[in-house]
Amino acid sequence: MSANTMSYHWGKHHRSYVDNLNKQILGTELQGKSLEDVIVQTYNNGDLHPAFNNAAQVWNHDFFWDSMKPGGGGKPSGELLKLIERDFGSFEKFAEEFRAAAATQFGSGWAWLAFNPRPSDGKELVVLKTPNAVNPLVLGYTALLTIDVWEHAYYLDYQNRRPDYISIFMEKLVSWDAVSAKLEVAKAQAA
Amino acid sequence: MALRAIASRKTLAALGSGLRAQARLATTAAAAAASRGLVTFSLPDLPYDYGALEPAVSAEIMQLHHQKHHQSYVTNYNKALEQLEDAVARDDAPAVVKLQSAIKFNGGGHINHSIFWKNLAPIHEGGGEPPKGSLGWAIDADFGSWEAFVQKMNAEGAALQGSGWVWLGLDKEFKKLVVETTANQDPLVTKGANLVPLIGIDVWEHAYYLQYKNAKPDYLKNIWKVIDWKYASEVYEKECR
Repeated sequence: MSANTMSYHWGKHHRSYVDNLNKQILGTELQGKSLEDVIVQTYNNGDLHPAFNNAAQVWNHDFFWDSMKPGGGGKPSGELLKLIERDFGSFEKFAEEFRAAAATQFGSGWAWLAFNPRPSDGKELVVLKTPNAVNPLVLGYTALLTIDVWEHAYYLDYQNRRPDYISIFMEKLVSWDAVSAKLEVAKAQAA
Repeated sequence: MALRAIASRKTLAALGSGLRAQARLATTAAAAAASRGLVTFSLPDLPYDYGALEPAVSAEIMQLHHQKHHQSYVTNYNKALEQLEDAVARDDAPAVVKLQSAIKFNGGGHINHSIFWKNLAPIHEGGGEPPKGSLGWAIDADFGSWEAFVQKMNAEGAALQGSGWVWLGLDKEFKKLVVETTANQDPLVTKGANLVPLIGIDVWEHAYYLQYKNAKPDYLKNIWKVIDWKYASEVYEKECR
């Protein structure tokens, strides 16, 4: 992921979402609420209020930077790996499902690994893909990992080759430490 | 008209091999489908060079947009239609329903981009000139002025979140012009069965990012310099006869 992409993605796109959200909620009852509360309230069960897009995109991008680290990639370990193997069969099967979700999210959106505290089938870990600004918070899940598949996330470096971008993300960028930390929090909250 | 490309020798060589491979794949698949009596769609040629719309839209974007993005919609549309035919033949209703989204994405992508290429022309071939005649008068009547119309298109295009299109459409029942947006590759008809697309502007990030980066409003401002009204006027006059 080039420095050029980072300077636009963080410096322009993410910054715009923050600036525009602040302008949008100024003087409204959303001002002063936590970002998560603003997201859930403006999601409004799918009947989106105008501030949803900016609010959710602020959160999503914060989460995306946190999902990566320099020298990332490799495989998860410990409790996280155990749960991945339990719920997906193997790390390879999880990775395939995650890559497929990221590659097949049509239009703009995100792919996620998330924790479902109340699974009907006993599988707490799920892979999901969401359109535009939607994220697992609005479904009552805890996000563990995300990849941004809006075209602005990869177009300067990969043009239309989204699968190449996804591969590099998995091989060189994903921070399994961050994902493990989030899983610990999610399990503690669910207990 | 043959496919034309403006590129350096190095790019052309790389492009050539990739393009030949892609064309071979598409031709083989199309030949196989055609031998079964299935209609297949193909990538329309552009009536101008990739570099002909510069500086409003870069040659690099035009080439990727046409040869990669639009080609991909065509290829996947054909694939989905073939799978649909198979599903119908074996009475597999769930499979038929499941294929609808792939048909909408890819068929829509093919429809929308085919219109888009016709909505563009180099400046020396009339690109950028506002419409005259009945469509020009209709724009004044339905939007107040040409400037107001352009402003409305640009405002709606800028406000669209995620991927999609902004359209000038004709409501053929009421003979009124409308500005509408659609998400992703939804064709205009998904916003109203009576809506006929006249001008579509692609506001997916792939349409402008390499050149304009996050400055979508700048792209919208500049693309009017190469928007051509011949196709739109023909469609309008035909529907309003």
